[in-house]
Formats: sequence, C-alpha cells, structure tokens
Amino acid sequence: MASSATHAAPASRRPPAAVSRGLMHPAAKPLLFALCLLPFGWLFYGALTDGLGANPAEYLIRATGDWTLRFLCLTLAVTPLRVLAGLPALARFRRMLGLFMYFYVVLHLVSYAWFDMGFDVSEIARDIAKRPFILVGFAAFLLLTPLAATSFNRAVKALGAKRWQALHKLVYAVAGLAVLHFFWMRAGKNDFAEVAVYAAILAVLLGWRVLQWAKRKRA
Amino acid sequence: LPGTRSAVAGAVTMEKVTDYKDAASYNNFYEFGTDKADPARNAHTLKTTPWTVEVDGLVKKPAKYAIEDLLKLSAQEERIYRLRCVEGWSMVIPWVGYSLARLIEKVEPLGNAKYVEFITQADRATMPGLRASVLDWPYAEGLRLDEAMHPLTLLAFGMYGEVLPNQNGAPVRLVVPWKYGFKSGKSIVRIRFTEQEPRTAWNKAAANEYGFYSNVNPNVDHPRWSQATERRIGEDGLFAKKRKTLMFNGYEAQVGQLYAGMDLKKNY
Repeated sequence: MASSATHAAPASRRPPAAVSRGLMHPAAKPLLFALCLLPFGWLFYGALTDGLGANPAEYLIRATGDWTLRFLCLTLAVTPLRVLAGLPALARFRRMLGLFMYFYVVLHLVSYAWFDMGFDVSEIARDIAKRPFILVGFAAFLLLTPLAATSFNRAVKALGAKRWQALHKLVYAVAGLAVLHFFWMRAGKNDFAEVAVYAAILAVLLGWRVLQWAKRKRA
Repeated sequence: LPGTRSAVAGAVTMEKVTDYKDAASYNNFYEFGTDKADPARNAHTLKTTPWTVEVDGLVKKPAKYAIEDLLKLSAQEERIYRLRCVEGWSMVIPWVGYSLARLIEKVEPLGNAKYVEFITQADRATMPGLRASVLDWPYAEGLRLDEAMHPLTLLAFGMYGEVLPNQNGAPVRLVVPWKYGFKSGKSIVRIRFTEQEPRTAWNKAAANEYGFYSNVNPNVDHPRWSQATERRIGEDGLFAKKRKTLMFNGYEAQVGQLYAGMDLKKNY
C-alpha cells in the first residue's frame, strides 16, 4: 500500500469539504498571522499602559516563555492533526507557526537580557555558564536558530528535502530542552502542575511520531 | 490599627514606601495558590476571628493567646522595613506591630531553648492551595533564639496603618527584615521553643536552595539565579537597571554581630 494511503483518515472520519476549503481560503493565512500577533499586541499594550501587574519585567519574561511553549505545541501539532483529521491543507500553516515560536523565543531572550540583565553581555555570559536552567533555555534558542534561518523555500531547495528534514528534526530536541528549562524554573516554586501539562502535550505529539515511525519500519 | 513610630535602631527606613496596591496584590502565600495574584483573589475565605496562638515547648509559662490579648500585649509601633524576596524583588512596607521579644519575655524560655519554630495556619476548608502538595503543610519556619529576640524581629498585626489584609498574613505574622521574605511566616498559629534546629518548609522542599538562615546576602547566589541585585516593585521601571542588594538587606549594622565568625556561604 502506498504510504500516502495509510496516512489518510477513513472516509467516514473525513472532515466536510467546507473545512478544507476554509483552510485554503486566501484570507486564512493573514487571519492566522493576525491571531498569532495577538499575544504580542496584548503584552505590548500592557507594557505601555502599566497593565502587567506589580512586576512587569517578570510578567513579560514569563509570558513570552509561555507563548514560546504554546507555539512549540501548536507547531508540533500540525502534522499529527493533518494526518489524523485528513486535512492536508493544514500543512500550509506549519511554517508560520514555527516562525512565530521563534518570534516569541526571541522576545523571551530579549526580555531576559534586557529587563533582567540590563543588556550586560559579560553578566549574561556568566549567567548562562553558571546556571543550568539558563543554559538549557539558551541551547534551545540556539538549536532553533538554524531552523528559522532555513525556513524559506529557497533554503529547502538549496539543502535538498532530505537534509532539510533531518535538520528540522532538531525541533524534537528543542521540545525536550524547553520542558527541562521550564521544569527547572518551576522547581524553585516546587510547582509542576503547568510543566506537567506541557510535558504531556509534547509527549503525545512526539509519541505519535514514534508510533508512525515504528509502523513505517514494520511495513 | 495605629502605631507610634518605632524607636528601635534601624526600624524606620526613609526610603519611598511601596504602593499599598502592589504590597496587597503581589504576594507569595502558597496556601492560597502559587501565582502571586492568587492570595489577593482567594484569601477572603481566611477566618481570622476567633484566632489563637499557642506558645509552648521549652518555656516556663506556655500559653494560648487569643488574638485580642496578643494585640494588647505590648504597644503597637510603626516600622518601615525593606522586604527582600528570595526571588529577586523587593518592597518597602510600613508594618504595625511590636518586637517578638516582648512575647518571648512573657513566656520565659528555659535554659535549653535554642530555637523558635513558627507554625502557620493550614486549614483545608479555607485554603485552596493546600490541595497541592507543593510544600509539606503546615508551613513551618524557624529562627535561632537570639535572632528571634532581636528587636528588629517584628510580630506584625497591621500594615499601612491598617489591620493586615488576609493575603499579607492576617491576623498575625512575623517580619524578619534581614532575611528573605519566606522566613517571615504568615497567619501564625503556634510558636514553639526547641533545643534542635527546626525543619523548615522550604528547606524540606529543596535543601540545596533554601537554608535555615536564609539571610539576605548578595554574595551567595541562589543555585538558579543571582542574588546580587533586586528589582524594587513599583519603582525600578521596566528599563531601569536593577539595584544592588545590600548585605543583610541593609541591616548589617543592627544584626551583623549575630553571625560573627560564621561561614555565611555554608550557613546560607
């Protein structure tokens, strides 16, 4: 059996054609783009209007970290959802979601470097070397950078699909590092409820890929 | 709750007082949730009357104090203290209360009493945070007897001239201004004198991060962040550089001698 057929959902579970048509609508991408910018707009507005509580620096650093994790989950959810729901059109949005994850991780890093460290480069370097929790977060950012840099079509062509795909598997390592970073951060509060939620979501999304891989290997 | 300006050395800083709104809405009080907005949202359920504080252990005169009697035990003073949280932020808060020493003198500690343990309220019916096993409830803290006897160690009943809001530890809490904030237990129900160093809640949760002393010390970093600087809430703007943290939170002249000869890196 061709692999595309094994990936497709049974006809009975196929979503109505209207959903696919909606996903292919020319306004779908701009709409998603605007949605992805909402958290940024809300944080920016809050920062300008003193609406981020008693400790706006902490709020911005945490919120941008939270949104990075959320976009990581969304990006990794695209492929399982596309296959399970039989919605090939979903693939159109994966790159944008991935790039927004990078956008929020850059904001996260800049918030930390600016509001926490006052852009003191030697201080930041010392902090990264000294604290495993910062080191792991920084490593995740470094691993994401080549992925963001090779996200445009020409880069895919230049690398070749195989190599490009192999490179972009780094996002799985990023998922592990991101959860570890969050876990260590919350270890101070001894409060792992939210960490567990993200870890569970990412475990399901990565676990599904492992299952697919095992199935393909058996076939 | 009126208090006359304290005459204790170092008890009234001239720094700008933090807005009441920030002091009463940005709190760590895990019994009401771990988010700093949770206590202000959830602590309305705390029932502060009737309230008794049991004082026992190695003392000649153990007693149960009704909150009304505790309030009248000594003259209420206003003290304006810096508060430095272990998380790296700080406030300046006008507290109302009196030196814990006044209460300690009343119960007359025995010769073998070396430490004081503070146990705080843990009521499942009114404290939603207790459902999470974040800490080993009830929240317990401790001081060495000489630290507890220090005139700056405050038994507080109010702040900003008013009775303590629930989220700030009503009806009675401790304030030890030269130690990180978590050393100052909120909503205290029991004070016990012991010979052994008491186990404290945060030390039980993460011994490598939170020691028994937990004196504010810019030279000893928390394993996951620096303690050299702090952000003053409501004052140091988003883009301002953080201010330097002072040894013993600026109370070195008053409390430094308590730790003479001690290795503060080891006794963090």
